[in-house]
Amino acid sequence: MNLKGPAQTGNPIWKVIGASSVGTLIEWYDFYIFGSLAPIIAAQFFPKSDPTAALLATLATFAAGFIVRPFGALVFGRLGDLVGRKYTFLLTLILMGGSTFAIGLVPGYEKIGFAAPIIILLLRLIQGLALGGEYGGAATYVAEHAPKDKRGYYTSWIQTTATLGLLLSLGIILGTRTSLDRNEALSIQKFEDWGWRIPFLLSIVLVGVSVYIRLRMKESPLFTEIKAAGKISTNPLKESFMHKANLKMVLLALFGMVMGQGVVWYTGQFYAQTFMENVCRLDFGQTRTILIWAIMLATPLFILFGWWSDKIGRKWIMLAGMLLAVATYRPIYQTMLEISETKGQTTDPSLSRVERSIMPSDNADFSLVHVTTHSYFQNGITEKEIRRDTLFNDNRATGTGIGKTSRELPDSKYWLMVLMVFIQILYVTMVYGPIAAFLVELFPTRIRYTSMSLPYHIGNGVFGGLTPFIALLLTTIHTTDPLVGLWYPIGVAVVCLIIGTLYVSNRIDPNVND
Amino acid sequence: MNQVKKYGGLIWMAMCPLVIWLLAATAMEEIRKHPVIDTKIQWGVFVIVFIPISLGLFLFGWFAWKGEYDHLPESSDELIQ
Repeated sequence: MNLKGPAQTGNPIWKVIGASSVGTLIEWYDFYIFGSLAPIIAAQFFPKSDPTAALLATLATFAAGFIVRPFGALVFGRLGDLVGRKYTFLLTLILMGGSTFAIGLVPGYEKIGFAAPIIILLLRLIQGLALGGEYGGAATYVAEHAPKDKRGYYTSWIQTTATLGLLLSLGIILGTRTSLDRNEALSIQKFEDWGWRIPFLLSIVLVGVSVYIRLRMKESPLFTEIKAAGKISTNPLKESFMHKANLKMVLLALFGMVMGQGVVWYTGQFYAQTFMENVCRLDFGQTRTILIWAIMLATPLFILFGWWSDKIGRKWIMLAGMLLAVATYRPIYQTMLEISETKGQTTDPSLSRVERSIMPSDNADFSLVHVTTHSYFQNGITEKEIRRDTLFNDNRATGTGIGKTSRELPDSKYWLMVLMVFIQILYVTMVYGPIAAFLVELFPTRIRYTSMSLPYHIGNGVFGGLTPFIALLLTTIHTTDPLVGLWYPIGVAVVCLIIGTLYVSNRIDPNVND
Repeated sequence: MNQVKKYGGLIWMAMCPLVIWLLAATAMEEIRKHPVIDTKIQWGVFVIVFIPISLGLFLFGWFAWKGEYDHLPESSDELIQ
């Protein structure tokens, strides 16, 4: 078969990488802003006072990530192997961008009632479906343009997009949250009222640019060749999952590499954030900036490990990342706990202060009182406890108000926390940088999109996506150990490490053209 | 090495019923402790999603036991039959 390279197809490789990466990055951005703004969205669309709305909220969280993503992988993977990579990942981009933009337009529960959570749920399901179809297309498209000795290096650019999408979502959310008013508290209030819609609406501009770029690209040269030769699969799902020879490679990809990669990815970038906020009780803004620094410092390593995998093979780099994660997660999280610990520390009474503000309520019989206590600890940590309570006209408070504590780290501890998160993202770059090339090389061109998308989205969507939930569940069952949640990613990574070591080959496929 | 892969298959197969039992038992226990719709959905989704994955692990173990991974394909012709 005489296959054409990028130069012959008129798709220069950096244009191919740029068009694929920008679109995939935007899809990740779209998917993450919903997760990052989940508490605000819940307040707008899923009031806890309405049990059915609360039920829909749970469905939106779980169904989109864990059921619809693998289903999207099947639907769009099949389409990509039947009609081509270019039009399929163009379609997923439009679906994702359109549904994200629409979320920004949906009136709240207070205005349209029950229709609001239903519309949001449907749009979230479309997002999950589109994400399931995007990654396999982008990775396949780039890999099918890449020469054999640079497949890991070129596809590693696609691998940066999930992390950069998270970075973009964090940056835009933080930026919008603090720029709506000169007074920071008012700005945050405005953001929670209506400003949260801006990151969603902004998506349409990003998607518009990306669609324009992708429309100008040509189809993958390998797909064009097999199409011209009449060798396209007539039933990619059947060929991928009903033929034993291919099915066993799908299972090997899932259990020998992707499930471990998924838990390492989600632990380093999502569980770390949840842990800092809920267990270490760090301030909202500080947890985000810690993550932003760690991501920015670690992102070039995706390219490094992708490039290196072209020299020494994919397998051992990815398994080394898993091994390091398994061996060091508990010491890393123990250090994170110690960094933010205030137990046993005395406060400086000359700096500590209490602020009390009273706000009128709709009811003339009582007002709302906010008591903010600022405490400054010897080790430099500042703690802010905000307690909201009801104050009756006779100056008597109920004493049952809701309190929220957040801590701010001093500079030295802040950077130590950045280092702890950076190390975890370093592991992410090791397991994730070479994985697109690894998956592409496992499967034949005619069923590649379908075959690689399903294990990828089960590994990442199910095993990885469930990490924060299962880790949190474990902490509610075994309450004495704050690190107990880590046994889930460690357990999955250990099984994957053993299977990967025993069964996966380190061979770089010299020919993905077949 | 092929012998290790083969007997490893028995472990992967054994993990399937173990995972299903562990999931189902934990789900029932948690739903009994917190009989609210959120808990039922969460655990319902976990069980529904992980049962087919566990069956996949069993199949993987079966293939390993049968020596299907003794030789990995080096060309796509070996995958398309």
